[in-house]
Amino acid sequence: MLTLISPTETPLHRMPACLKLGAVAAGTVLALRVTSLPGTAGLLAGLGLTLLALGPGFARQAGQHLLALWPVVAIILIWHGWSGHWTAGAVVAGRMVFAIGLATLMTMTTRLADLLALAERGLAPLARLGMNPRAIALAMALVIRFTPVLLDKAAALRQAWQARSPKRPRTAIALPLALAALDDADHVAEALRARGGL
Amino acid sequence: MERNLTHIALFAALIAVLSLVPKIDLISGVPITAQSLGIMLCGTVLGAKRGAAAVLLFLALVALGLPLLSGGRGGIGVFMGPSVGYLVGFPVAAFVAGLVVERWRAPIGVAAFAGAVLGGILLLSAFGIVGLRAYSVLIAEGVADAKTFTWVQAVAAATPFLIGDTIKAVLAGAITQSLARLRPDSVLSRA
Repeated sequence: MLTLISPTETPLHRMPACLKLGAVAAGTVLALRVTSLPGTAGLLAGLGLTLLALGPGFARQAGQHLLALWPVVAIILIWHGWSGHWTAGAVVAGRMVFAIGLATLMTMTTRLADLLALAERGLAPLARLGMNPRAIALAMALVIRFTPVLLDKAAALRQAWQARSPKRPRTAIALPLALAALDDADHVAEALRARGGL
Repeated sequence: MERNLTHIALFAALIAVLSLVPKIDLISGVPITAQSLGIMLCGTVLGAKRGAAAVLLFLALVALGLPLLSGGRGGIGVFMGPSVGYLVGFPVAAFVAGLVVERWRAPIGVAAFAGAVLGGILLLSAFGIVGLRAYSVLIAEGVADAKTFTWVQAVAAATPFLIGDTIKAVLAGAITQSLARLRPDSVLSRA
């Protein structure tokens, strides 16, 4: 569950992560330069064709991510259309969808390991400030490992609640969950120290 | 040292898990979740610096593409949406909430509630409002006839969160107090 990457391998998966990150940044700046409706339509058509070229399944998955934006798009369009400025509304909404779509494309085609490596390289200069980049990388790995663990505990707590009460637990499981996080943190700290520490 | 690191990491994971509480999307496209409860707890339980570090760690992993944000969102795309102001405000909110608990020697439940209100509601809303307005200006830049949010509209968009946030601040105070009673050594903001 812990990733948004597309399971279907595309040529973009093999592209270096830093190159894709640069492309997303450049594309976003470009989108903010385009001020006309045909220009925005061109950008969106380009993005759509790229998604389709990567396969119909891939395009559908990306479309589902972007579909979550519909309330924002609807507000922008109605709000502008109210005063008769449909074109301006379409350009503004189109720019936003393009920038977010581009970022989604990168997220869907870049393996977490590659991004972690990129982040570790980016964090390397922090060593001069007295911070330990390896400790940060370890902390990231711990979050990735322990989010599913805590999710399982949350599910167990919810089931235990539902076995005793017809009501939904809502926030009642927050305290035992926070307690579990504190205790797990102590156990992992002990285990790390037993293995020689950081 | 190890303890600081694991507490920061586990609380970053806790934010992610709390974001799974069923969410409702508001009309402004910014969702309501228990995520802000996680942000408040990071500050009130871990203290200012460690709390902010936990939130930054969480945001870093979201940026790297993990779907940890409310509604299973993630990737750098979320930093390009209208709710970006809240994301920027998260670590500051945790820092301020932690600072209040560390500095104000009131009973921990009271201090945690005050910290959660100051950092997790007032400051975070300010970030959200400024972010919403700045985003609407940036995305409309250069487009003829395009409209941007006025300050009044941005404030109105952030207001519906205040009810839920107040409940969460009360919860943050109560949970922090219980944790301080159950695990006095683990509540690092007062350790």
